Amino acid sequence: MKHVIVIGGGVAGMQCASELLRQNIAVTIVEKQQCIGGKIRNWHKLFPSFTPADEVLAAMQQKLTTHNNLTIRTGCEATCITPQKVTLSSGEELRCDATVIATGFTLFDATVKEEYGYGIYDNVITSAELEQMFNEKNVHLKQGGEPKRIAILHCVGSRDEKVCQRHCSKVCCVTGVKQAIELKKMFPTADVFNFYMDMRMFGPGYEEMYREAQTSHNIHFVRGRISEVSPTFNNRLQIKAEDTLTGRPLKMGVDMLVLLVGMKANAHNTTLAKDCNLTLQPSGFMQPKDSFLGNVASNVEGVFYAGAITAPKNIGESINEGTAAARGVVEWLEKR
Amino acid sequence: MINFGFSINRARTIDLDRNNLRKSNEIIGEMPELQACIGCGSCTASCTAGNLTEFNFRKVHTLVRRGEYQGAYEEMNKCMLCGKCRLVCPRGINTRGIVMLIKRKLGDF
Ligand SMILES: Cc1cc2nc3c(=O)[nH]c(=O)nc-3n(C[C@H](O)[C@H](O)[C@H](O)COP(=O)(O)OP(=O)(O)OC[C@H]3O[C@@H](n4cnc5c(N)ncnc54)[C@H](O)[C@@H]3O)c2cc1C
Ligand code: SF4
Ligand code: SF4
Ligand code: SF4
Repeated sequence: MKHVIVIGGGVAGMQCASELLRQNIAVTIVEKQQCIGGKIRNWHKLFPSFTPADEVLAAMQQKLTTHNNLTIRTGCEATCITPQKVTLSSGEELRCDATVIATGFTLFDATVKEEYGYGIYDNVITSAELEQMFNEKNVHLKQGGEPKRIAILHCVGSRDEKVCQRHCSKVCCVTGVKQAIELKKMFPTADVFNFYMDMRMFGPGYEEMYREAQTSHNIHFVRGRISEVSPTFNNRLQIKAEDTLTGRPLKMGVDMLVLLVGMKANAHNTTLAKDCNLTLQPSGFMQPKDSFLGNVASNVEGVFYAGAITAPKNIGESINEGTAAARGVVEWLEKR
Repeated sequence: MINFGFSINRARTIDLDRNNLRKSNEIIGEMPELQACIGCGSCTASCTAGNLTEFNFRKVHTLVRRGEYQGAYEEMNKCMLCGKCRLVCPRGINTRGIVMLIKRKLGDF
């Protein structure tokens, strides 16, 4: 029986594993964390349908539990990856017939954008932390009480030369709209302002959700990047931006600022490129063999990609790539 | 008054803490569709009045939504109610209705 190692147990890796198992191929999932699931383990409800992330995760896990040919190695970090061998940080080497890299992305560290005051002022939080708060049903101000005015800032750590992140993280605009709606439902009398550069509502139902946010929830959208955040005497946050559609500077006090942190390439990608002869894109994400005909193939025969390892993607796209990568693996194994 | 040879500029900043948003909320409350504006400028591009005067419908209604009412009524008076803007608005906003509403709400400003 052929044996394939899938590195990374996020949605892309899980989907790829279950498709390979269906084709009677033995699979080992190597996962750095203590359990599989990846980033979506921390998300609350998913855009655009507000489906609980738990539901999606449970359905995917269900597909894996019934297989005997599956080994899950949690708490194991892969360091070097070739078609026939995966080396773990412990030094252990695992043999195989092909490998799929599904190690996803890294959240941008908001402390780097010091001007937004993350880690300095209370009540400046990231979108990922807000998901956590939603999960714990515990959205409140640090000092206690409900926010009356909330600002959500787009493109934090994306499209920003100053932090070496030129790319667009693709899913944060729609996440920002989703979170604005959720906040407004939670605090109906609060005012919610989204500060955006461009609204990139790329998927089905996304633009419709944006419109819904505007007209049914009265969420305010201001085109302009917040330039700085400072504290006020009464423990609020003063934000400044340009309202570029009127060409005037704008300022206001808010109780809470949510930073829509971007999807950054894993630092480990550079090591992969150097040690395993894989190619990187300028963004730091892995370079697929071809943008049209080889999206899930790498430049090394027998090494495949799935999910956000090659670029920011949503869950549906990542899952589809899991399937496509499994298909690629099967074709490659048949050829040999 | 003595002329000291200098003047103080009025701050250009839109200060949402100082602006009274009551009228703005009333306007949005009556026609929530105004919030659907995506700032595309089609209305201004096609505007009969805007091609002959400084009138910029998109900018004026955006300012009104931010609580900047000064001069908005006078600006809206330049509108000839031809309705061309409504024909082009991609968000289907009843733009001419917005002109009328803003004039009604801000007549005393
Ligand atoms: C705030 C936020 C909200 C989002 N909300 C939504 C939403 O509502 N709907 C939607 O469609 N998408 C959403 N997304 C996007 C979604 O998170 C991604 O599409 C998805 O997580 C990508 O899955 P993945 O499996 O490719 O990567 P990941 O989820 O990143 O999984 C990668 C896995 O690989 C593991 N790993 C990494 N390196 C190694 C290594 N060296 N060795 C072993 N294991 C390793 C990691 O621990 C992780 O478990 C959101 C993104 C963000 C940032
Ligand atoms: S998806 Fe939106 S918020 Fe995210 S980087 Fe792109 S433009 Fe900015
Ligand atoms: S109705 Fe008024 S705002 Fe609209 S195009 Fe005609 S003149 Fe311009
Ligand atoms: S045409 Fe409609 S959407 Fe475009 S700027 Fe004018 S009012 Fe806004």
